Formats: sequence, C-alpha cells, structure tokens
Amino acid sequence: MSAAPGFELGHHLPALQVVVPLIGAVICAMLRNGTLAWGWALIVSVLTAAISTMLFVAVQAGGTISYGLGGWAPPYGIEYRVDLLSAFILLIVSWAGAIIMVYARQSVMHEIDAGKRAWYYCMYLLCLTGLLGIAITGDAFNAFVFMEVSSLSMYTLIAMGKNRRALLSSYQYLIMGTIGATFYVIGVGILFTLTGSLNFVDIAERLVTMQMERPAIAAITFLTVGISLKLALFPLHSWLPNAYAYAPSVTTSFLAGTATKVAIYLLMRIFFSTFGEAKVFEILPTTTILVLLSVSAMIGASLVAVFQDDVKRVLAYSSVAQVGYITLGIALANDLGLTSALVHIFNHALMKTALFLAVGAVFLRIGSVRLHDLDGIGPKMPVTMAAFALAGFALIGTPGTAGFVSKYYLAAAVIDKGWWGLVFVIAASSLIAVFYVGRLLEAIWFRAPGALAQKASDPPLSMLLPIVGLSLAVIWFGVDTRLTVDVAHNIATMLLGGVK
Amino acid sequence: MSPEQLLSYIPLIPAAGALVIPFFASRPNARETVTLATAGLLFLAILSLLSQFMAGARPEVTLWQVTPILSISFRLEPLGMLFACVASTLWIVNSVYSIGYMRGHDEPRQTPFYVCFAVALAATMALAFAANLFTMFIFYELLTLSTFPLVSHSRTPEAMRGARVYLIMLVGSSLLLFFPAILLTYGLAGTLEFTQGGILAGKTEGAVMGILLGLYAFGIGKAGLMPGHFWLPAAMVAPTPVSALLHAVAVVKAGVFCILKVVVYVFGIDTLHQSGQGEWLIYAASFTIIAASLVAMMQDNLKKRLAYSTVSQLSYIILAAALATSASILGGGLQIAMHAAGKITLFFCAGAIYVMAHKTEISDMTGLGRKMPWTFAAFLVGALSIIGLPPLGGAWAKWWIAMGAIDSGHAMILGVLIVSSLLNVVYLLPIPFKAFFLPAPRLQSVGAAGVELPDGLERKYWMVVVPPCLTAALCVVLFFQVDRILALLAPIVSQ
Repeated sequence: MSAAPGFELGHHLPALQVVVPLIGAVICAMLRNGTLAWGWALIVSVLTAAISTMLFVAVQAGGTISYGLGGWAPPYGIEYRVDLLSAFILLIVSWAGAIIMVYARQSVMHEIDAGKRAWYYCMYLLCLTGLLGIAITGDAFNAFVFMEVSSLSMYTLIAMGKNRRALLSSYQYLIMGTIGATFYVIGVGILFTLTGSLNFVDIAERLVTMQMERPAIAAITFLTVGISLKLALFPLHSWLPNAYAYAPSVTTSFLAGTATKVAIYLLMRIFFSTFGEAKVFEILPTTTILVLLSVSAMIGASLVAVFQDDVKRVLAYSSVAQVGYITLGIALANDLGLTSALVHIFNHALMKTALFLAVGAVFLRIGSVRLHDLDGIGPKMPVTMAAFALAGFALIGTPGTAGFVSKYYLAAAVIDKGWWGLVFVIAASSLIAVFYVGRLLEAIWFRAPGALAQKASDPPLSMLLPIVGLSLAVIWFGVDTRLTVDVAHNIATMLLGGVK
Repeated sequence: MSPEQLLSYIPLIPAAGALVIPFFASRPNARETVTLATAGLLFLAILSLLSQFMAGARPEVTLWQVTPILSISFRLEPLGMLFACVASTLWIVNSVYSIGYMRGHDEPRQTPFYVCFAVALAATMALAFAANLFTMFIFYELLTLSTFPLVSHSRTPEAMRGARVYLIMLVGSSLLLFFPAILLTYGLAGTLEFTQGGILAGKTEGAVMGILLGLYAFGIGKAGLMPGHFWLPAAMVAPTPVSALLHAVAVVKAGVFCILKVVVYVFGIDTLHQSGQGEWLIYAASFTIIAASLVAMMQDNLKKRLAYSTVSQLSYIILAAALATSASILGGGLQIAMHAAGKITLFFCAGAIYVMAHKTEISDMTGLGRKMPWTFAAFLVGALSIIGLPPLGGAWAKWWIAMGAIDSGHAMILGVLIVSSLLNVVYLLPIPFKAFFLPAPRLQSVGAAGVELPDGLERKYWMVVVPPCLTAALCVVLFFQVDRILALLAPIVSQ
C-alpha cells in the first residue's frame, strides 16, 4: 500500500475502528442485492473485529492509547481514548458483530423481505458503528451522538421484523430510548456548565478540585437514570422483553450481546473514571439503590421468566436478571465486584448470543418460538439444541461453564464486603434460573415431538457454526479464565485507582 | 501405571465409555459389550489403585488450576478409596442386571440410558477422589444433572413430575445451602482443601460451627436427612437398575460420603466432638432413622418402601458423622459398603419381580416365592443384612456405630439403633416370608387377573436373577472380610 510519508496505519487504528464500519454501512446501502450486501457486511465486520483485536493487543502491551481526532489535541478536540476497559468492550462488541454476521445470511433471507435486506445490513453496520463509537470515544457529547446512531439504527433493525408487533415494540423502545438519551444529554449539559469541558478525563480532573455540589449531584443523577434506561436496569426494563421477542432473530442476538453491554460500559465510565467511586458511592446513596434494584432484577425478572410461554421472552427476562448481576457487581464497587461485573459482561454476551442464535435457528425451521411448539425438538435438531443446553447450563451458573466463573466472583465480592445475605440472593436467583432453563430443556429434550417439531432439522452450516462455536466458547471460558478474569481484574484495578 | 496416573485416568474410563456407546446405538450387543468392558476396566483400574493404596501410596494430582484459589484436584484417601471400590464393583453387577432388565422389559431409549449411566459413574469416581470442596461440589452437581435423564427415563407425566422434584430438590439444596456453606468455610478457614484433622480447628467458635454443620447436613441433599428426603421416593419412578445403583449406591452414598468427608476433613473429628455442635445433628439423624422406618412400613409399593428404608439407613451414616468419634466414623464408613451391598440386592429383587411377574405392590407378592425361590432368597439375605444380623455385613456397621455412641456418652442412641432394627424386621421380613409360606391367593385381585405364572421364569430371565444372588453372597463375604475394610479405613482415625 502506498502510504503518505509519516503516515502509519497502525497509529490510526482508533479512528479506523469507527470509520471502517461507518463507510462500510454507506457502501452497503448502495448495494441493492441482499446477498452481495451480506458479503460486504461480513468483510467489514470481520475487519472491524480484527482492528479491535489489534487495539486490544496494543493496549495490553503499551497502555492507554489517546488519539486526537482530526489532529485536534484533547481536551479541545474530540479524543478517542482506548484504555483496557474500552478495548475489552470493543473486543466483545466487534466480535459479536462479526460472528452474528456469519450467521445472518440464511436467517435474514428467511425473515426480511428481499427488497429490504441490503438496508438491513446497512443498519446493522451503522448500529455497530454507534456501539463501537460509544466504547471508544473519550468525549461525553460524542458518546451521546454515537448513542443516537446506535439507537436509531437499532429501532430500525427491530421494526424490520415480519411480526407486526415488531413495529410497536420498536416504537416502545424508541420512546424509552429517547427519554434515556435525553436524560443523558441533560446530564452532560450540566457537567459542561459546571466544568467547561466534555472530555471524560478532563472533567474528572476538574471535578477533583470541586465540592460535590447540587449541580454535580443533579448531573450524576440524570446520567445514571438515562443510562439505566439503556441498560434495562430493573424497573426501567419495560422496553426490553418486547423488543427482544418481536425483533428478527439476528437483531435479537445482536441486541442481547452488545447494546446493554455498551450501556453498562458507559455507566462504569461515568461512575469510576469521571466522578470516581469516592464521590458516587460515598456522598450519594448509590450503593443502596443499585443493590436493591439489582436484587429485584435478579429475583423478580427471573421469576417472571419462569412464566413466559415464548422462548425469546424467557431469555429476554433472563437478560434483565443477568444485568442485575452486573449492576450488583458495580454497586459493590470493590475489586472483586468490578471483576465479576466485567467478566459477566463478557460471559453473558457469549451465552445469550448463543442462546438467541439457537432460537433463531428454531424459528428458521419451524417458524415459531412458542415453548409448546418446541416440544421434543431436541432429537430433531440435536447439534443446535445440544449447544442450546450448554449455554443454558451456563445461564444457571453450572460449574465448568462460563456462567459459574462470573457467579463465583460475584459471590466472592459479596463476601468480601461481608454482605452474607446477598450470597443467598445469588443462590436463589440461580435456583430460579434452574426453573426457567429447566422448563425449556425439559420441553425440548424430554417431550414427545409435536407436529411442528417433527419436520425440524439442524440449520445450514453457516448458522450452525456460530452457534456451536459460541457454546464451546462458553465451556472454554468456564475452564480457562485467563483472558476474562485477568483482564477484568486489571481493568478493575485501573478503574478503582482512576480518579484521585 | 503410577498411582498419580491411575488417579487422574480412572474417572476418564467411564467418560470414555460414554463417548463410545453412542457409536453402537444400532447394535445392542456391541453396545452392551462396551458397557461391560468399561465397567470391567474400571474395576481393574480401581483394584490396581487399591493395591498401591494399601502399600501406602497417597497420590495427589491437580488437573486444572481454575483460579489461584480454586482447583480441580484429586487426592486419594481411605473414604474415597472405599467409595470408589463399592461403586465400581457394584457397577459391573448392575450392568449385567441392566441388560437383563432393559431387554426383558423392552425399554425404549436404551442408548442414552447407558450413556448417562456411564457419565454418572464418571462423576461418582471424580467425586470419590475430590481433594477439595470445590472439586467435590462440581462433581456433586454433575452427578445430579447426569442422573436426571435416567430418572425421567420413561418420559411419562408421572416420571417427569418425579424427575422435576428430584432435580429441584437436589439442585435447590446444594445452591441455597451447600454452596454458601463452602463460601463460609473459605471465609473462616481461608482454604478449601481436605486436610487430616480438619481445617476449622481454632478458626471458629460455637454457634457458627453449628450453623455451618447445618448448612452442610441439609445442603448435601443427596444424604436425604429429613425433611430434605422427598426427592428419593420421587426418584423411584426411574427404571429399577437406576434405583438400584444410583439410589442405593452411587447418588445417595455420594451424599453421605460427602458429609463424612466434610466432618472428617473440614471440621475434624476432634474439633467437632469437643465443640459439642454436632449434638443437634445426632437427634436430627435419629429422628430420620425412626421416622423414615415408620413411613416405610406404610408403603405398599415395594420400591417406595425400599426408598424410605434407604432414607432411614443413610441417616445411620449421618448419625455416625455427628457422633464424631473414631469408632462411629469407622462404622459410618462400613455402613457405606454394607448398606450398598444389602440395598442393591433388595432393589435388584424388586426389579426382577417386576420383570418376571409385573408386580410392584407388596400385597400382590404373596405366594410368589415358590415361582421364584432364588429371587426371594436373595431378598431375605439382603433384608437380614440391612437389619444387621450376623453373619451378614450390615451387622458390623451397626456394631461400630453403637460403639461410637457409647464412646461419646450417648447411650440412649443404642435405643434408637435397637428400635430401628426392630422396625426393619417388621417392614422387610414379611415380604419374603409371605412369598414363601403363604399360598397364592386363589381369587386374584382385579388388576392381576388370575393368570397363573409359568414355571422356569428364573431360568428365562437369569440376567436379572443372578445379580441379586451375587450381591447377597457379597453381604456374607463382607461379614467375614470386614477386617480388610477396617484396615483400609484405619488411617482416617489415627492421627
């Protein structure tokens, strides 16, 4: 490649991380043919994943990368700032995007009208751009812009579902999401008035010298509530079950694996890198509120999941519950707690994506995801459903799977704080998970096949491979915790030592 | 092979068997050969390990360091060696019996049945060798999960209900009590390793230790301490070979084995005894022994009666652990082996009666003894061993537990033991006696419409008749060879 003198591609990885999928999306929109658009989107998403991997390696080796966009030095220009936390989230989001894209072709052919397929991939890439943008930018307002990019494209991705209720759920999500984004931008506005800066690091430095006055408290409240809507913190989760249930299968998998995770990232960024845990957790009753809400999610949403008849809704409510595990880890605000939260972000993305992809394969074959229609489908699509079972076990937290690792660290964190009661909450929530996962597995594997299930079979290889790969990864990361736990631990140390 | 290698490979033998069995799904004879070969190989490997163990080898392997604190590790110690011997020996007999039962009864889904059985045995072996609480917990759960398909084997709504109770009670108790107990132990002791003399000595006082013991006693639901015993009668919906090996040997013994191990290597016999915190458990176990026997008397379904009898007999081991003296711990260890041999005989007979005469209710079995003398003779021997009469193995277990009760100054426990033995006589012995000495009712009950059973049944179904005779003989052998088991167990109680 002929590069201009002094121009080295490696230095511009942070910009490329966002620019590649953005330009990819535009080109995708111009390809009117669905299959062609898929091929292009696959190339772009794999390239994006490769960039995030390179960034991750670079950050691990050389520490935080700061990139002044357009040559403007931070804090005046927009800064892309890749620290270990950002790199970790980028890695999760971009790889989820790439793996789901492999799967997408057959599923999208089945679920999206021929004329809309290219648009679908365009929106997918745009959404990916937005999510990656949130994770990479060091600028509070820029994060808002990316939040809107990802949200607007996500609304479209949901609305493209063939089920007419998809439109309504997309609209619900749009209303709630917009309120969330508005709260966020109000919070950013107050912070800007207070400190005169939009750069996270710069704001943090300026806040250190200030008293925690009312405007700052108001800012953090707005930011927390706004982001909590996005991450579906109980009781602000009402948009999520419908959005998950009626969206096309690919959208659901992508949404479940990435969107809430990025919102959680933003919450961590605000809490730990901008305000610092001293301010957030000591001056305000954040701990109490977050613990209560997390516990309600872990128990309440899990209980609701037990009584759903639609498999996607079971998994959706389970997601609300699982977010509770993560926010509980954040609320503990200690080393082990943050480690468990970060590990669970990774592990949950892994297992929920696997589960939703498997459900998507069922939908491809029998056109329904009602629990009753899945009776006895296990022996008919053995590979898919074996993978489903593995990921389901991980959701419960069975030892030997990734789910156990996160729960173990969460339990250790709770004990570290001396809050013994919460150990029982974690155990009780796992027990309820046994019920809702057990219900699914019992129907799938232990009942006589119904009329619909009779004609089912394993999906084509392009769908099967991501499902099997992810479910094996669920086992792998339950066995080899070096990548997840060590990185998460380093990030936790960084976040807790962040703002002085 | 070095003992270390043996230790790490043994659980892989049944696991490998489980992987190979599906390839012979369409050829039942080859498939059953794989099961039998796996069982035989496992038995030989255990024997080889046993001989090295008796020569003083104490192998230890860490298979996988999960986190700096948690590891999957195996370490051979007397209790685990004994448990592994019992389970692997009886698996061979049980495999022969399974073939006879499953074929004699034309059961569907035989391939998954043998696969899950092998997986359950792999989990049992790993559990027996566990070197720390974490390893124990993992394979304890795996054992529950792998036996769920076996319990629900028939897939009828009733079987599914029973299997659900089974799963929820076992997983529920382990998540809500066992898991927190492990965390609490770590919080107190700073380690999860099983150590001779215990890890809690001097680390905690009074009530906390009592609570911790409670978390373990009820959290290890497989031990069936009342009121956490409901899963066992519910699990009787399983095919009889499953009830025989898993719910008389592997699963329930895994429960009491875990409790014994926790008392010996986590609490420490002396620590627990001196603290006096095991007192309540003595009474809880005594209550279970008597109450479960009383419930057993009221059951007309043979397998249900045996299930309650198992609940009662398991609590002997919990009682032994709670007494926490050298003699009682030896008695508890003996009871693991003795009760396994006796109870598997009874279950084998129950299944054999079902296969040959299609009878499940005790009241329908009157007069059957003349048609199937060997079966009921084996039943009689097994029953006498459970009751604890010499010259049958069960006698020694009760003897040592009684010694332990006296040592620890709980003479009234002798009363519990005597009453319990009498109750055993009342609910077990009438079954073979009525079968042998009462005439078959002339007017058959409506369900069992007067079809005369043909002669030569036991010859035709020899595969379900020979195994109970073998295990009945084993009960006698165990009585005379008890000194070997005691020699095996002795290192636990010698400091």
